[in-house]
Amino acid sequence: MEQQTGTFAVKKGLAQMLKGGVIMDVVTAEHAKIAEDAGACAVMALERVPADIRAQGGVARMSDPELILKIKESVTIPVMAKCRIGHFVEAQILESLKIDYIDESEVLTPADEEHHILKHNFTVPFVCGCRNLGEALRRIGEGAAMMRTKGEAGTGDVVEAVRHARTVLGEIRKIQNMPKEELMAYAKNIGAPYELVLETAELGRLPVVNFAAGGIATPADAALMMQLGVDGVFVGSGIFKSGDPAKRAAAIVKATTHFRDAGILAEVSKNLGEPMVGRNVSQMPEGEKIAGRGW
Amino acid sequence: MKIGVLALQGDFAEHIAMLKRLGAEGVEVRLPKHLEGLQGLIIPGGESTTIGKLAVAYDLMEPLRAFAKDHAVWGTCAGAIFLSKDARREQPLLKVMDITVQRNAFGAQVDSFEADLDIAELKQATDTTHPYHAVFIRAPIIESVGGDARILSALPDGRIVAAQEGHLLATSFHPELTNDARFHKYFLSLAS
Repeated sequence: MEQQTGTFAVKKGLAQMLKGGVIMDVVTAEHAKIAEDAGACAVMALERVPADIRAQGGVARMSDPELILKIKESVTIPVMAKCRIGHFVEAQILESLKIDYIDESEVLTPADEEHHILKHNFTVPFVCGCRNLGEALRRIGEGAAMMRTKGEAGTGDVVEAVRHARTVLGEIRKIQNMPKEELMAYAKNIGAPYELVLETAELGRLPVVNFAAGGIATPADAALMMQLGVDGVFVGSGIFKSGDPAKRAAAIVKATTHFRDAGILAEVSKNLGEPMVGRNVSQMPEGEKIAGRGW
Repeated sequence: MKIGVLALQGDFAEHIAMLKRLGAEGVEVRLPKHLEGLQGLIIPGGESTTIGKLAVAYDLMEPLRAFAKDHAVWGTCAGAIFLSKDARREQPLLKVMDITVQRNAFGAQVDSFEADLDIAELKQATDTTHPYHAVFIRAPIIESVGGDARILSALPDGRIVAAQEGHLLATSFHPELTNDARFHKYFLSLAS
């Protein structure tokens, strides 16, 4: 009997197992344990959470493999790690570490300002960020097996996450209602592969799992994104930059499951302590925004 | 037929879509009250630790155990772990099926795979002859079966990937990720 690894069904399949869950940014093995104990469905191993990357500036790169391995050894849930946009050697290194998912992420400083990684070349699956349908389908065309709307990472301000989710989901609703003969011109206008536009219109959703990311800091934020129609949420700085990470993490997990139950949402939102301080995106200079990275 | 799908976390929507294809109604189960009026329950793939913690937090453990006594219940991957009596580590388990499982038995995601299985009972029950194409994602194996539990399918090296104990069913793989509805049909026959 032949066993086939690295097929698209298997890559996409792991993201399907993460649905309805919360993926948490962690910078130490201790954080990873807290996240797992709180019910995270996966963790993102990195050296600095986005809020610190913003505050400290400089070039943000793939994390030290030693740190990633330590985090991997500390939990049984899937572990993801980030590489820079276009940096396929960082991706090769992460694959050799047997990481479960690679995030080709705009949160790190891009290595290529024109091209993303050809993700079909890898056995390990990739997740990528998007702000609109064209960007999502270009990444899927390159082999991404999972998407996340970008939001504005490290701000604790959910406004961009909402904007990007509404944009992607709104464009899908639009193409579902278009006569088929208009889809070629639409694909051309948004710079997306025609076949994927057709598939998306037929499915009424992206052909891969789509999470929300970038600015989710409270249980209500997570439930808001779920009600808008995403499949799950990434929480970066929102947990470990808050006053009581374990409690907030568990509350966000519960809110993501019971996202339509306002009574439960009220219950889990009680006494969570200080949220991350946050930065108002509308008052942020354009040059400081990172969602624009990605082509 | 109304079949519940535990919707705490994981790919419950895929199971509900498959049930719909077969003319059954899939109902999302998040709280004990959602179990009323159901003829069977599917526990989907996902993260077994996440599903277990949420089941404990919302007092589902005892209602699920009671439901499994006289209804068909099927666990896929994380669901199979959740049904087992032993997963070789400390985590919430229903312990309703006499199987011992090992989590992530094939390694990391890069070792996840697809393979054809020859499942005599499934072929017979659905009156078909072609092999069953199975998708394994960071899959567990069933190390051993005890009591009334029996092996439904094993890999050529002998590792058990599907087991049945009366009206309880456990699979390491994900029929909900394929277009082959035979396993769901088989489960509906146990539920009716």
